Amino acid sequence: MSVMPSSRTAAAAATKADAGGSGGGLWTDVWKRFRRNPIALAGFYVVCLLAFIALFADFLANDKPYYLRYKNKTYFPIFRSYMVGTKLGQWPAELLNVEFKKLEGAKAVFPPIRYRATNINLLEPLEPPSSKHWFGTDKLGRDIVAGMVHGARISLSIGFVAVGIAVIIGIVLGAIAGYFGSWIDLVISRVFEIMLSIPTFFLLITVAALLPPSIFLTMAIIGMTSWVGMARFTRNEFLRIRNLDYVTAAIALGVTNRKVMFKHILPNALAPVIVSVVLGIAGAILVESSLSFLGIGVPAELVTWGSILQEASTTTFAWWLAVFPGFAIFITVLAYYLVGEGLREVLDPRLRGLR
Amino acid sequence: MAGYLIQRFLLMIPTFIGITLIGFFIMRMAPGDPAELRAAGGLGAAAGGGISVEKRGVVDEAMAQWRAQFGLDKPLHVQYAVWMKNLLSLSFGESFKDNQPVWDKIAERLPVTIKLNLWSIFVVYLVAIPLGIFSATHPNSFGDRVTTLAAFVLFAVPLVWAATMALVFLCGGDFYYLFPPGGLESLDHSASWPFWQKFKDHAWHLFLPVVLLSYDGFAGLSRYMRSSMLEVLAQDYVQVARAKGLQERVVVLKHVLRNSLIPQVTILASILPGLIGGSVIIETIFSIPGLGQLGFESVLARDYPTVLALFTASAVLTLIGILISDLLLAVVDPRIVFGRRQQ
Repeated sequence: MSVMPSSRTAAAAATKADAGGSGGGLWTDVWKRFRRNPIALAGFYVVCLLAFIALFADFLANDKPYYLRYKNKTYFPIFRSYMVGTKLGQWPAELLNVEFKKLEGAKAVFPPIRYRATNINLLEPLEPPSSKHWFGTDKLGRDIVAGMVHGARISLSIGFVAVGIAVIIGIVLGAIAGYFGSWIDLVISRVFEIMLSIPTFFLLITVAALLPPSIFLTMAIIGMTSWVGMARFTRNEFLRIRNLDYVTAAIALGVTNRKVMFKHILPNALAPVIVSVVLGIAGAILVESSLSFLGIGVPAELVTWGSILQEASTTTFAWWLAVFPGFAIFITVLAYYLVGEGLREVLDPRLRGLR
Repeated sequence: MAGYLIQRFLLMIPTFIGITLIGFFIMRMAPGDPAELRAAGGLGAAAGGGISVEKRGVVDEAMAQWRAQFGLDKPLHVQYAVWMKNLLSLSFGESFKDNQPVWDKIAERLPVTIKLNLWSIFVVYLVAIPLGIFSATHPNSFGDRVTTLAAFVLFAVPLVWAATMALVFLCGGDFYYLFPPGGLESLDHSASWPFWQKFKDHAWHLFLPVVLLSYDGFAGLSRYMRSSMLEVLAQDYVQVARAKGLQERVVVLKHVLRNSLIPQVTILASILPGLIGGSVIIETIFSIPGLGQLGFESVLARDYPTVLALFTASAVLTLIGILISDLLLAVVDPRIVFGRRQQ
């Protein structure tokens, strides 16, 4: 078994990170081996593409142009809308509440998708895909591509923040349980057992349906119900590492508990946690889409992948409402799974040498 | 073994109390008054919209009376104590929605959910175990790669998407009409049908829900099966079995399969809660009158007693499931010593 050498390299990398603060060692190594797996790498590129779409949703699907030349003046309406949004600027009088696409005598450069997710057009309800609306429209005439681009932002941000919350709770509880052991471990393990036996999805639906709809509450609820896996991984790693010689040495030298836990042990315990973080993002995105599908959690006026799917389940002739947003969820989840699996192969010492 | 059992039971008590505390207080802390909701429902049916001041007084009185009837006017900890006392005598109280005993409501829906879940578990194992055996005995072959990839892809297919696609493309609409869009029986279903016709009708209705509930289960389980079989195949005693001239089929099916089934016992416990969670979506989409649909409807109607009963029952069943699978694991694998298992 190649357990020892790899945990030694991880330890070496961590001590290097402690000493020099560069932290490159382990991660350059991980990236090098991760890159050799073409499927995982493809997943990684898809993840990057999705992050790009989510970050620049306003620049990809917008009813405002990037650049506008109108009545001998030049405007950058998308940037200006950010200024207006943050109260730093105002719309010039001649552009207030205008439809940019119908301005006469104007020269404009539009984003590739000329609609926002919230542009309602009751004249074009449930249009099948065409060159105008690539993926069709919903029953309020909203463009599906635009809805999906902006939905990517909602899904990914919920995935990231929810997992962020879960990681913080999971690592802190897992570290305390694994490091101190004895009765503290016993008590915290009861908490794990409670979280494991509670029907999580049912709890989620209950809380999300009882509280007012809000993105932030949805993030918090998903985060607070999905930390138990990470906590158990962290606890088990801490239990193992706590008995290694270098930790005993650190304790003997009088390093405080908190420092031993988070500076000496945590960097070495991070590998399995990182895999569960990546898989957790996929899980949170799945849960969010299920909640939106059931019509709870995210406010109804926001277009999400799940809410488009819900419309598809009631207007079954509109196949475009079912195919595209569902495929987006599928590709996102698959990409995160692939990256997670790739990372697991690279990071999990027990799998080394099998391939 | 008796000592271990007692220890496990004692440890389950604080867990049980924690579960009930979480369930109860989440339900009661949430904004939204069930009395208001009930009154609004009644008013909506009666008059619709605004009511005069004196009528409002009557409504308030009725609401106060109703709160007193269900004990909602008492302080929270007293309510918890009363609920807990009733729970221990297995009484879940009456539904806020229609004053039916919660127990009856659950008993009415239970057979449907059990039928759905038993069929899905059956399909999961029926597909996953042969696939796992095939993959493990032909590692890295073309077939293994295809099943690995297929399992991986299936695992990533969101249930809501698969269900919606099935609804749009297979259940009428503008495309194929291969399966019914919902329900458990045809509209012209009658008790006088011969058994075979009833069975066919039932299978026709259950096919999609069962497949949808089980596909990610067999995708996951076939992977577990593959890896645990590979682990056993690498053991020395398998070499011995081959060396003494046993047929490969006997080696695989008698010596390897049995030992690699051991870890699957624990997975059964973790499949159960997943099926209950998944059945909320499936039962809602295909309008199947099971526990998932009951739970979702009760949540939306703020029917606290029913939601709490489902929540607690499901948590306790999972707790017992974990205990049973731990015990089973020790029964089928004598190498495991009670109380000394590593997590």
